[in-house]
Amino acid sequence: MKAGVEMKKSQKRHEIILAGTGGQGLVLAGILLGEAAILEGRNVAQTQSYGVASRGGLSLAEVIMDRDEIIFQQVQNPDIILALTQEALDKFRPEAQKGVPILFDTTLAKAEDGASLSGHPFTRIASDLGNTSAVNMLALGALCAATGVVDIQSLARVIEKRFKAKADLSLQALYRGMELVRGA
Amino acid sequence: MGREIKLMQGNQAISEAAIYAGARFYAGYPITPSSEIAEICSRVLPTIGGIFLQMEDEIASIAAVVGASLAGAKAFTATSGPGFSLMQENLGLAVMGEVPCVIVNVQRAGPSTGLATKPSQSDIMQLRWGRHGDQTVIALCPASVRECFELTVKAFNFAEKFRVPVILAPDEIVGHMRESFEVPRAGELEIIDRKKPSCPPDQYLPFEAEVDGIAPLAAYGGDHVFHITSSMHGPNGYANNNPQNASWRVEQLHRKIDLHRDEICLTKTFDTEDMDVLMVTIGATTRSGRAAALEARKRGVKVGVLQLLTLWPFPEKEVAALARDVDTVVVPEMNYSGQIAGEVQRVVGTEKEILRVNRYNGTIITPRDILESILESRSGQSVRAGG
Repeated sequence: MKAGVEMKKSQKRHEIILAGTGGQGLVLAGILLGEAAILEGRNVAQTQSYGVASRGGLSLAEVIMDRDEIIFQQVQNPDIILALTQEALDKFRPEAQKGVPILFDTTLAKAEDGASLSGHPFTRIASDLGNTSAVNMLALGALCAATGVVDIQSLARVIEKRFKAKADLSLQALYRGMELVRGA
Repeated sequence: MGREIKLMQGNQAISEAAIYAGARFYAGYPITPSSEIAEICSRVLPTIGGIFLQMEDEIASIAAVVGASLAGAKAFTATSGPGFSLMQENLGLAVMGEVPCVIVNVQRAGPSTGLATKPSQSDIMQLRWGRHGDQTVIALCPASVRECFELTVKAFNFAEKFRVPVILAPDEIVGHMRESFEVPRAGELEIIDRKKPSCPPDQYLPFEAEVDGIAPLAAYGGDHVFHITSSMHGPNGYANNNPQNASWRVEQLHRKIDLHRDEICLTKTFDTEDMDVLMVTIGATTRSGRAAALEARKRGVKVGVLQLLTLWPFPEKEVAALARDVDTVVVPEMNYSGQIAGEVQRVVGTEKEILRVNRYNGTIITPRDILESILESRSGQSVRAGG
């Protein structure tokens, strides 16, 4: 995955899927990614898909970043997929078989090996940090380190702007997620 | 200093644009996928001297909006299919009483409560004909967050200028989508306020149209005392069953829109100069359509796109002018019955084939769906578009 980083940074367009379940803060993660990309001068489209429940069920957030106009707003050729539940991993495993890197959570999904699959216990680590709900920030840090779609500093800036005095845990989770991948 | 670029949701852009346009009254009953509009208005309107009312249902919501508008406020509400159905009766009152107001209908999949969180473009005919009787409204449909903002401002301007309810009808995709967006500055977009009477109060006739087809509207609580009824009425607003008067009234409701249709019918074109195939699109389907058109060009099929920002009055002239010289017209839309395709067919005539691309399962029409339909129709045999 490390070899892919520099190549991806030179791309004009990035398409990202954040998948999991309602309540994991995936839409917020998508918004933060989008805001970070805006800081870096790119156009952004962020969409979501969810069921009628506010907790549970498959929930998806998509983010597209492009130097040019974004015409079709949905992800068609993802550069990376985050899967935070077993259901999400099962849904997108065929993409990994096509070579799309998938970062997945080994706390909520069963650990498995495979080309393009990279598992980390995101939920457990977030819990160890003191708040399971920081799992989205942890995963963002990992995703950012794995792909370089945005600068980690841009993400830190938008997190500080949004959470102000309460940004500490989120930032801590973000950097911890980054280290997870860099250290791997 | 650089302008502020925000990541903004369609529904948020609608709320902010309503306030930008001068709206200070919102009454509604929250419903997915429009609820963010109520949420934002509940937070913002009270801080700027406005009023937010959560009503007991949608019938009461539109009633409150009509009342607030007659008292002089720019008023609006937001809902989705099930709530929009409930609003029809008092929306008819707003048409008959020529009450300026804006109704946002974020379209979701039906029938009835249908798929609450899933998109659709199947209220097209309800926007136009949801109310009984002979009448007209204006309906607009955005395809992006920028257009959500711009068309909301237009919706208030049209409502105020033409004394008519204006319905803004984004699909769920556009209502919930977030995009990077440069927010217009104060004063950058034109804001229109309703015409007020200049005559002495005792001479005021609330339905006596001026040469532009529109009668000035006073505000309740002022010196110009006037009466509004849902029943047929004369220029003074009081019931009048005279056949001659009824003809004049019905004609007036239509004429004020017909007179200004060129100003009201908003469209955009993409690559229509050299096209062999015309695609007519609305809302989010415009984006799938434009992506498909670009891909088709790479494969040698010259497709142009006509986006209808105004759904009603239907932009007949614009469709007819572009359809004249093409051999195929494609209409993708998120409904089964081809509600836009039927209108396009009416305009271009039955001898011209309309290629319909429909989805009605709550999922989005993709560029590939449209591309495959176009390529199949061009080759007369099944061609896989790939990619």
